[in-house]
Amino acid sequence: MGYQKYDLAPLTHSIDQYLYSHLSSTWAFLAEMTLIGVVFLIFYAVIGLYLVLAERKVCAFMQNRIGPNRVGWYGVLQTIADLFKLLLKELITIRKADKLLFNIAPFIVIIASFLGIAAIPFAMGLHAIDFNIGIFYIMAVSSVGVVGILIAGWSSNNKYSLIGAMRSGAQIVSYELSVGLSLLVIVIYSGTLQLSTLVESQADGWWIIKGHIPAILAFFVFVTAGTAETNRGPFDLAEAESELTAGFHTEYSGIKFAFFFLAEYMNMFLVASVAATVFLGGWMPLHIPGLEGFNNAMDFIPPIVWYFGKTAFVIFLMMWIKWTFPRLRIDQLLNLEWKYLLPINLVNIVVVALIVLMGWYIK
Amino acid sequence: MKSIFDYIAGIFKGVWSLLKGMTITGKYFIRLDKIVTQKYPENRKKLKMYDRFKGELIMPHDVNNFHKCNGCGICEMNCPNGSIEVISDKIITSEGKSKRIIGTHIYHLSMCTFCGLCVKSCPSNALAFSQEFEHAVFDRNKLTKVLNNPGSSLVKDLAE
Ligand code: SF4
Ligand code: SF4
Repeated sequence: MGYQKYDLAPLTHSIDQYLYSHLSSTWAFLAEMTLIGVVFLIFYAVIGLYLVLAERKVCAFMQNRIGPNRVGWYGVLQTIADLFKLLLKELITIRKADKLLFNIAPFIVIIASFLGIAAIPFAMGLHAIDFNIGIFYIMAVSSVGVVGILIAGWSSNNKYSLIGAMRSGAQIVSYELSVGLSLLVIVIYSGTLQLSTLVESQADGWWIIKGHIPAILAFFVFVTAGTAETNRGPFDLAEAESELTAGFHTEYSGIKFAFFFLAEYMNMFLVASVAATVFLGGWMPLHIPGLEGFNNAMDFIPPIVWYFGKTAFVIFLMMWIKWTFPRLRIDQLLNLEWKYLLPINLVNIVVVALIVLMGWYIK
Repeated sequence: MKSIFDYIAGIFKGVWSLLKGMTITGKYFIRLDKIVTQKYPENRKKLKMYDRFKGELIMPHDVNNFHKCNGCGICEMNCPNGSIEVISDKIITSEGKSKRIIGTHIYHLSMCTFCGLCVKSCPSNALAFSQEFEHAVFDRNKLTKVLNNPGSSLVKDLAE
């Protein structure tokens, strides 16, 4: 296959070999860990900041405004300036708050999203850990984030924070089901939980095309449930500015607030990249079986461009949803999940099992 | 049976209406020429405010320095914030009658909420709003203004 010319595995292997040949194995291991950690940290910060900027720009254009346009060329440095502002702000200690939990909560939230990013295949050979249960792992670690939100609400000693956290708990626990079940559709199709194999299995067409109706349905359910998982509008009941000031992070200031903010955007990135990887083929270029010339032309575009392009598409979809729809009430939110998404998903799973059994999909 | 049909119809109707909303925002997103916000300090030269914009209270004077205020004090009574002070004066007219005129019409811009009650309630239509909005000053006292120009007088007095 043509796309293999962009395989980054030789590069990472040569770095690995270089480290092991110059250091003792323990130090080489530690050096690798640190290297990957630093790379991810920088990646996390840059992506998080630019997603905030992208959201502000997209929101502005949808409301016929210009958006940030003062700091840097068309405002490209705006969020970096905001970060410095937040870093310089005072961290207010809340009287009667549970000090330990209050300080730990932002880290739990941010670590949860950090752990999830580690298992995403960015390009061929650019993959920090390739678990054989990759999808399961991402779902497991990303749902740890809700613990952080609950702790933040509880320890703030503020009724609005607590209400926000409780809503967020109810919301995430319910929508977790839909996320899992909609991913299960593709797992049944592909027969694997490993993300690298899942991407390889889409070399002859993405699952959203190969899996036709059930896969398309699952994709939309996943995007909806994923938006709810990340507490984004129109499911942002946990924050609900008008009723709860800011929900669970009302009492946070300075960089601790920024952590929550950044984690929200990184969760969005995580959801978008899982959607891109599972449904839209991840870094796999668009291939149509039988059209050799077209496939070769598509292979010419590096996988990393494909990956970021698809992720950006899903992110744009989520922003579009956020800036179009009004916020749901809590009962409407739970209705949507338990009366609509979950039954649709369950029927979908049964249908997919039948389709796979009979071989009624594009193989 | 009907409830199942309603359920499924409801899903399609819901999705349809959501898509309708998304086409509208999607259209706005690509129509960049429709942007309504303006870059303020850059467009200062050609910035044109709207007639109904309430910048600050003024008392229009004509070319001969005549205004229409007779010093009745109704605007002062109607102002909910007490931002107007009318200090009236007395003059003796040529016929020997004593007549009230406006001495100083003081306007505290810092206290005004631009409700427009003074303009509406003035029986002689002596007040108006200007389109001036760059009010920032370094000294608070500069926000207290005298609306009638020095040496100005009532239009009617000219006719006499
Ligand atoms: S501005 Fe109008 S209301 Fe006020 S004192 Fe003059 S005439 Fe009376
Ligand atoms: S606009 Fe309203 S607040 Fe301002 S001076 Fe007139 S009456 Fe008073």
